[in-house]
Formats: sequence, structure tokens, C-alpha cells
Amino acid sequence: MNMPVLNEIKKSLIAAIWFMFLTFPIMVIKVNTITRTIDWRWKNMMYTGIGAFFLSAVWRYMLRRKEKNQNALEKEGLSIVQKILQVKTFSIPATVLLLIFAIVFPHLFSMHQTNIMISALIYVMLGLGLNIVVGLAGLLDLGYVAFFAVGAYAYALLNLHFGLGFWTVLPVGGFLGAVFGILLGYPVLRLRGDYLAIVTLGFGEIIRIILENWNEFSFGPAGIANIPKPELFGLDLSLSAKTIYLYYIIVLLVIFTVFVINRLTDSRIGRAWIALKDDEIACQAMGIDKAKTKLRAFALGATWAGMGGVVFAAKTAFINPASFTIWESVIILCTVVAGGMGSIVGVICGALLLILLPEYLRDFGQFRMITFGAVLVLMMVFRPGGMIENVRRTYQFKTGETNDIHS
Amino acid sequence: MLELKNIQTRYGKIQALKGISMHADPGEIICLIGANGAGKSTVLMTICGITPASRGDIFFKGKNVTHMAPEKIVSLGISQVPEGRRIFPYLTVMENLDMGTFLRKDTKQIKKDLDYVFHLFPILAQRRHQPGGTLSGGEQQMLAISRAIMSRPELLLLDEPSLGLAPMITRQIFDIIRKINQENRTTIVLAAQNANLALKLADRGYVMETGTITLTDTGKHLLANEAVKTAYLGI
Repeated sequence: MNMPVLNEIKKSLIAAIWFMFLTFPIMVIKVNTITRTIDWRWKNMMYTGIGAFFLSAVWRYMLRRKEKNQNALEKEGLSIVQKILQVKTFSIPATVLLLIFAIVFPHLFSMHQTNIMISALIYVMLGLGLNIVVGLAGLLDLGYVAFFAVGAYAYALLNLHFGLGFWTVLPVGGFLGAVFGILLGYPVLRLRGDYLAIVTLGFGEIIRIILENWNEFSFGPAGIANIPKPELFGLDLSLSAKTIYLYYIIVLLVIFTVFVINRLTDSRIGRAWIALKDDEIACQAMGIDKAKTKLRAFALGATWAGMGGVVFAAKTAFINPASFTIWESVIILCTVVAGGMGSIVGVICGALLLILLPEYLRDFGQFRMITFGAVLVLMMVFRPGGMIENVRRTYQFKTGETNDIHS
Repeated sequence: MLELKNIQTRYGKIQALKGISMHADPGEIICLIGANGAGKSTVLMTICGITPASRGDIFFKGKNVTHMAPEKIVSLGISQVPEGRRIFPYLTVMENLDMGTFLRKDTKQIKKDLDYVFHLFPILAQRRHQPGGTLSGGEQQMLAISRAIMSRPELLLLDEPSLGLAPMITRQIFDIIRKINQENRTTIVLAAQNANLALKLADRGYVMETGTITLTDTGKHLLANEAVKTAYLGI
């Protein structure tokens, strides 16, 4: 065995001993209050030690491997996934296959599965929308769910009072989302980082609390029920047909979102967002209107949340403020961060994984959240850039004609 | 072309500029010299509206631009190369240059200007698909200057173009600055600590000290001035 390995084993051993010491009072000593004796459970200590040793060893091994991989990555430039995404001969058939799968999905699986998929796709849309604000423009928004709520309540209330249908409200929901995006964006234009996060967090809560307490307007915690599903040329559809129809609507909406955001990232305004994230003063010196650019990010990001909200209200047929807690904002943010900030494919994968996994891990019930948390922590250690990191352009080095200027 | 009348600028409670009056005629190269914290950068930032003046007036081509928004001022034809280069590290060289044309829509002329920039700095043409952050310091400075002239400015503000560069690169950059001035009749205001090179390049110079202008003369006379020599040239 060579030295580094021995060294790592030594470190793991120390970690194990330290852990045994730390957990001694809770793992070993057990006071029996009836017989007034103390049980010394030395076996537990042994288990803790062995467990800690192996976990620590695995942890160290993974860190080592990550370092090695990183060196290899720097040589190659791109990871395998990123390369695959850029090879057209692969990415085009893959997209086609994925599309076919998306089309036949509701016919292959049960209605329950289709319903789960609809909510997952709603989150994909939300993730992509938030990706504009957080991933591209670099504005940390913790109150994103507020726009989602705006969309959902727009559909519920407009339908209740004026009998407006899904298709009429869908653009209205998007528009209202944008308006609220600007309403939030305007006062926070001067804020950055932590301060911005706190204010947006507050904004999200304000919307929820208003919905909860303004009974005359939003019917309070009781919520609004009997929200109709979208109609198809006045046809009378069965519930399952309606669900499938809604599924196709959200699939189309997601494709539309991907298309628009893809165009946006390659546009001047998309580049202005990235530039603004890097350096505000340089942007101003270039004549980029800071306020306008930020407001556009807020508005465009919130539009998708508004439309997602309309679909959500149509899907669940019942909404109340409990669906729009801060927790939802956090999950949406997690999908963006875990998927890979700024990367469209990454965000889609992140949203699908983070929404579908807990759905299928329901059997584990109480461990759901802890696994969720652990996955996120591991993610940040081993893949801080997200599952599929955002790559903007390929580097094109031309060997032979590089006469570097050293300075 | 450009005229500052008794400009005062504050950062909160601290007054950075205590009444600056200066002017630049079309096609001139003006140089601001002074020690750290004299207010050179603040003058440039105030001209392009990023740190607006609290008192006084700035006129550009006869228009009062004192309280205009930065993007408005840029659209009038003022462009700045900020201190420390401040290129966008995650955008490629091409995209960085494209940001310089943010307010322009004349695609054909932009293409011509791009060729001009690549003619000035051939190294940038080689590196055009590389992210700005991967360039060397000298190349970043070249990119920053190129990005600024991509907006076709009539007045170019340069803040410490020689900061942290090797003497050879500095000379090269100063040569190009002169070239830009001569070929396009661009008026240039240059803030520099490298007073020797800057004064040789400049038509006129202003010496700044703690927010005021203490001396002004032609570049040649300032180079010969005893006080300037001892204070800034280290001779």
C-alpha cells in the first residue's frame, strides 16, 4: 500500500474515533429509570465506529476521484454529457426519441402517472422561468412562487366571476405574472445578493398571506374549488381524456418555453443579462440600461410562472394558499441549482428528478426530506455546477498560430 | 466638445471632487495625472453618468449631460474603458465586442468596425471564440478598448490603460491609442498614473490632487515642469 492510501485510512480512523467519542453519551449510555441502573451498550459504539470509518473512507475516496476527474476535465475541456449534447448526430435522434416518448406517455401509463408527469412538467416550466432570473441574470429570487400563485388565482377567479375559459386566461395569467414581476422588480432594482433574496422572500410571503386573509377576494384558506379543465372545441370529454389533453398542453408549453428561452440566451438581451451578472459598471459604460434589463428578466421569468399557475389550477381543480408556500419557491430554486444554472437541459433534468423522485419515494415517507437534503448536499460537494453544467461556447484553439502576448 | 464646469461629486459623505473645471476640444488627447485617490477615475465616472455629479454642469457637444442616465450619455457618443478593464469573463471575445454595440442597429457598419478592431488588435481575431476571462491581462485591456470603440464614440474615456501591464505592452497600447485618435479624430481623455508616457502622448494635461485640479498645461510643458517631475515622474 502506498502512502496516500495509508494516510487516508489514518484520517478515516481518527474521524471514526472522534465520532465514537462524540456519540458516546447518546449511543452508549442508557439510563434505566425503573431499575435505576445504567446500561452500557458498547456494541453501539462499535457500530458507530465501523460505520463512521467506512463512510469517511468512501467520502475521501470520492473527493479524491473528483479531484482527478477535474484534472482530466481541464485537459479535455468538456464532460461527456456536454459533448454528447453538442454532437448533432446524437442529440437530434435523442430529441426525437424523447418527443415520441412524451407523445405516447399517457397511453402507456396510468392516469395517475400522467397526473404526476403533468405536475413535473409544470415544475420544468417554473424551473426554466426561474432560470432566466437566477441562472442568466443572476438575481436570487426566493419568492418565485408568488407569480405561480398569481397565475393560478387569475384562472380560478376569472373563471369563477366571469366564466373565462382556460385558453383566454392562459395569456392573461402570463401577462399578470409579468406585471407582478415588474411590481416586485422595480423596488428591488438597487439590491443584490442576500438583500435581494430577503426582499423577494418577503414578497412571496406577502402574496400568500394576502390570499390567506383577504376572504372577500380569494376565499381565504378555504380556497376555490371546481376549477374547470381546459375545453377542446366544446367537446364533452371524459376525465381521463381531459387529463391527457392537459398533459399535451403542458408538453407543448414546455417545448414553447424551451424554444423561447433558447432564443433569449442567444440574443443580445440574454448576453446583456450575463454581462450584468458579471459587472454592472462595465455594462453601464457600454450603455446597457441596468434597470430595464433587470426588469425584463423579472418580467420574462414571471411570465412562465403565471402560465404555469394557470395550468396548475386547471390540473388540480382546487387551489388554496397552502399550495404556494415558501417551500415551493425553495424546490423550484433547487431544481435550477441542482440541474445546472443557466443550462436548459440541466434545469429540465433537475426539475424532473427533484419532482419525480420524491413522488416515487413516497413509500419511504419519513425519510423523503432527509434523502432530498442529502442529495442536494452531495450535489454541491461533487458537482457544484449542477448535474449538467452550462457551457456557453466551445473553445476553438487553433494550434500553430498562437503567438501569445505575455503580460 | 466636452466641458466640465465646477463639478462636484460625492460618495455619500465623502466629497471626491471639489469643483473640477476642464475642457477638451475635438480631436484632442487630454491626460489626467495624479496620485491614488486624487479623483481621476471619479472624473471619468462622472462624465459618463455612472456616479452623477452633485453640483456643476457637464456639456458634451453643447448639450448639458450632467443628469442624464449613463445609457443616454453613451448613445450621444461617449464611451468608457473602465479601470481594471472589466471585460465580461464569461462572454467570448466576440460577444464582449457585441456588448459594445448594444445601442447600435447599423449591422453593416458594425461589421466594418469589427474588422477595424481586429486590424488594430490581430490577437483578438485569433481569440474571438474564447471567453474573455481566459485572456491575458494585456489582451483583456485590448478587448476593453476594442469594446469601447465598438460603440463608435466621439469621446473615448480611458481609465488607467496601463494598469498592471508590462512596459512593452503598455507602449503598444499607447501607440494604438494614438492611432485611434489620429485615424478617427476621436477625442480622448486619459487618466493615468504612468505620467511619463501619458504626457508624451497627450496634447494637454491636468494635474489632480485630492479632488481638485492644481495645474494645467500642454503635455510638453508638464513633462518639463519641475514640480510634476518630482511628484509624478520620479526624476
